[in-house]
This record gives sequence, C-alpha cells and structure tokens, in this order.
Amino acid sequence: MAGSFFRRFNRNKVLLLMVLPGAVWFLCFSYLPLVGTIAAFKEYRFSRHGFWYSLVHSKNVGWDNFKFLFNTDAAFTITRNTLLYNIAFIFLGLVFSVGLAILLSELVNKKLAKLYQTSMFLPYFLSWVIVGYFAFSFLSMDRGLLNHILGYFGVDSMQWYSDPTYWPYILIFVYLWKSIGYSSVVYLASILGIDRSLYEAAMIDGASKLQQVRNITLPLLKPIIIIMTLLAVGKIFYADFGLFYNVPRDSGTLYSVTNVIDTYVYRGLKTTGEIGMSTAAGLYQSVVGFVLVMVSNYVVRRIDKDSALF
Amino acid sequence: MSRALTKKRDFHQITRGWNVLFNIFAAIFSFLCVFPFVFVLIISFTDEKSLATNGYRVIPEKWSFEAYEYIFQTGDTLLRSYGVTILVTVVGTLVSLLMIALYAYAVSRKSFAYRRFFSLFAVFTMLFNGGMIPTYIVVTQLLHLKDNVWALILPLAMNAFYIMILRTFYITGIPDAIIESGKIDGAGEFKIFIRLVLPLSLPGLATIGLFSTLGYWNDWFNALLYIDDPNKVPLQSMLMRIESSMQFIQQNSANSAVSLEALASMPQDTARMAMVVLATLPIIFAYPFFQRYFVQGLTVGSVKE
Repeated sequence: MAGSFFRRFNRNKVLLLMVLPGAVWFLCFSYLPLVGTIAAFKEYRFSRHGFWYSLVHSKNVGWDNFKFLFNTDAAFTITRNTLLYNIAFIFLGLVFSVGLAILLSELVNKKLAKLYQTSMFLPYFLSWVIVGYFAFSFLSMDRGLLNHILGYFGVDSMQWYSDPTYWPYILIFVYLWKSIGYSSVVYLASILGIDRSLYEAAMIDGASKLQQVRNITLPLLKPIIIIMTLLAVGKIFYADFGLFYNVPRDSGTLYSVTNVIDTYVYRGLKTTGEIGMSTAAGLYQSVVGFVLVMVSNYVVRRIDKDSALF
Repeated sequence: MSRALTKKRDFHQITRGWNVLFNIFAAIFSFLCVFPFVFVLIISFTDEKSLATNGYRVIPEKWSFEAYEYIFQTGDTLLRSYGVTILVTVVGTLVSLLMIALYAYAVSRKSFAYRRFFSLFAVFTMLFNGGMIPTYIVVTQLLHLKDNVWALILPLAMNAFYIMILRTFYITGIPDAIIESGKIDGAGEFKIFIRLVLPLSLPGLATIGLFSTLGYWNDWFNALLYIDDPNKVPLQSMLMRIESSMQFIQQNSANSAVSLEALASMPQDTARMAMVVLATLPIIFAYPFFQRYFVQGLTVGSVKE
C-alpha cells in the first residue's frame, strides 16, 4: 500500500511543486491562525520564545474571555452596529445600484453615459485613507465646507467629529458614494444582456416605459439581485474596517455608533491591550460568519448552482 | 418633407423629458464623485494663512504654490513612501500572480491526483477566517515579519477566490488537446504551463493582476499592524500618520532644514492636502484606461460559470 502512495506521489511530483508555494501560504496565513484562535480560551501572553511557546504556556481560562466580553455593553453595541450598517448597506446599495444601472442604460447619448460611468468609478479606486481626507475637508469643525455652508444659513458650526448623532447617515452616505458607481456595473451588464425584442413586444402592446421596467427589466434581474444579496448577507457579520476606522478618524466619542466588531478587535490588540476579549470577539465573528456563509451559499446553490461559491 | 417627419427617433428610447431628468441625476452624481478630489486639489493650492481665516473654500481668497514648494524641498519622506509602495506593488503583484496561476493550473489538471484536496484546501479559507488577532500573532511571533517589507507583500499574496476563477478559466478555456499535444512533444508540466497555457490565459491574468495591483497600492492596513520603522512606511500609511500633525514628516526627514523649522511656520494643512493629491494622481491618471478589466472582473466574478 505504501508503495502505491509513493508511486502516486512521484507521478504528481511536478504538479505538487506547483501548488507548494500557495499551499505553504495558506498554511501560514489561513490555517495556522485557525490554530491561533485557541488564544480566545486563554489569557494570552506574548512570550519571547515565539508562537508555539506563547500559545501553549498561556494560562487556560476556558470561556472567561467570552463571559467578560458578553457582559460588556460593547458586545451589544458592536454587534448591533455591524449588523444594522450592513443591512442598510445591502438594502440601499441594491436600490441605488439597480436604479443607477437602469438609468444609465436608458440614456440617449451613449457617449455621455460612458463619461458618467467613468466618473462614477473613481471613488471605488480610492483608498479609505484618501476618502477620510475628503470627508475631513467637509466635516472639519473650523475649516470644513459643511460648517461654512451652515454658517450661511445662520446655523452654528457643528463638532462633527465629536457628536455621534449624524454619523450613521454620514457613514451610509460615504459607503454608497464609494460603492454604487462600481456595483451598478454588474446590473448594467445584466440589463444590456436582455433581449430587445421583449421590450419591442411590450411597446406594441402599449406598455409605458415604467411598466416595461416593472414587468420586464426587474423580473429578469431578480436572479442576479438575489444572488448578490445573498452573498452579501453571508458576509453580514464582517464590516469594512477601512470605512469605520478612517472616516471617523478614530474619534473615541463616536465609538457608540462607529465601533464595529472589526474595529473593536483591532483596538483590543493595539490600543486597550484587551487581547483576551478581542480574540474572543474575533472568534465569535468567525463562527457566526461561517454559519452565515454556509447558509447563504446553500440557498444560492438552490437557486442557481453555478453562482454559488462552492 | 418637413423637418419633423425626417427626424426619426428610435422608438425604444425614452422621451426627451425623462432623458433630460436622467441626465441631470447622472451628471449630479458624477460630479459628486469627482468633486472631492478637485476640492482637495484646490485646497492644496490655497495660501495657508487664508485657510486659517476662511477655512477650506472652493474658491480660495488667495492662491499659492507654497505647499508644493515645501514638498519639493523636503520631499524625501514622500519619495521614500512612494518607493516602498512601488516596490511592494510590483513585487507583490508578480509574486501573487505567479503563486495563484501555478496553484490554479495544477488544480485544474484532471491528471492531478490531489486535485480535490488542494481545491478544498483553498476554498475552505474563504469560509472560515482565523481573525485579525490570531493572524497578527502568527505573522509577528512565528514568521517574525514585524517591521519587514514582506509583511506588506505576503498577507495579500493569495486569494482563494481568484484561484477558483482562474481554475474555471483554465478548465473551460484551455482545450485538453493543447495540453495533450504538449505532452506528445515530450514537454513537462512546467514547460506546458509556461509555453502553452500562460500566453492563452493573459486576459484573465491581466484582470487578476490589476485587482492585485490596486489592492497593494491602496493597502494601509498591513502597515498599520506591522510597520513602525519610518523607512518602511508605504504611501497610504504615511498619509494616515500625518493626519493630525506633520510631526511624522518633521521627525523623519533627512533634510535638516525641515527638522529645525518650527512646526508653526510649515504650510501644514496645505502641504498635507498636497501629499494627498500627489499620492492619488497616479490612480486618477491610470484608472480610466484599466476600467474595462475591472468591469470584466466584477461581471466574471459574479457570474461564475
């Protein structure tokens, strides 16, 4: 039996060599960290002696980290923030992306439409650091454009980076600004693929444009809308760290509305030093995220086998 | 024939009225997408003192090249960050493409006995993530990459999603006949890969390569986690460090004039915005030409066949 193993190994030697770099990478950056999640059940201490030593020799505390975590207000806040923002992003992102796609597809002047599309793409290519600077040019208390405009209306300058009230709207707006230009492309491609004769038939039957959109375009887009939405729902427990860290400029007073699971974990590592609770939060996110991805992928697979992740 | 009759309108089109309305919406949104960059550009050409009195204005009271002159004199920090970013992006993209292409090719070959295992090995990583902290622990304590440029390159190198896309591309796009003909000619797997498969897969590689390039260029997160050494700070990360104060530039500039100069007399705000402009310009110039690939990538990714 062992002989056939070595023979098979030999025959596949070259191909094995090809997967080697990637496999080693996955081992280091994906699978070893999985082992590292044990740290959530320990009082982790960074030892000079390296990874394995630290992992093995840190004190076992069982579920304590989780108990501490879920006793804090933070646990509720970050979960709520992560979920609510993602729900808003998914829903509003969908409405605006599809709307934009339909709008672009109906414009008469195609050259102009191309120009619009190119402009709308720009935000996607910018990093959240840059977007953070953009936001600052509007929201800066003493120099920002927004306070300046408010001044014209006799409204006092607002301390945007200290007052949490408007941040949900600001963050949603910024997210949409950055993403819908690009995500509308998916729907636009689908719309352009719709058979023109369907519309012609509808027109002959006297249907208005609005009726055509409602009865032809939208139903035909339904599959891809469902798929995109489900895939997004699978990731609903993960937030875009860049958005929530850079745009609010890490302002502490805003944490109640800007702290999401990902930023909480990061701050636990780098700032507050609460490694135990943060690792527990990370594991909590990974497990729930895993369940959600599996469920959403299962549902997607039932709808359209080819579109599932696996 | 009167003009009215000869002016034919495609009966698919929406009415004039709606077209104007749609154009207005589209134009407003397009403007909103582009305006912030233009605004920051304008701020960078504003006189620092008029910023103090008037704040950021779309039409400054007084224009000035001060910020750019300052950067020109003290530019070593900016240049170094650019250098790091370019190095990381070029090496990163090449390393990444190589690793992904090889892995995807091997996994696409029906003759590969361990094909299923390695496919699952890759796909599973898309489902369950170890998380930020365990990854940090592995990178710093096991791989000892703290303050190492490779900490900027390696974490972004592999992506299971790209592997699956490329694998599908190989399976559907590269007929077995081609590979068989290579084998008949006595070529080994590597030769077949380099001579026959690689040239055929250039479009797919270009798309993945561009996504990879964008990812590396814009990355600030890995630097945030792993880099403290000011000489290894990439562009975006440098911009983060000067957000509140130009101290980072001052402390790390080799130019003695900069270190001696009082913080107050530097054109702080405008220089900061000028740095943002200079860091963003390459993207602004390049992206319209590569739009097509990103569009392709998105539509392929979402309609995996």
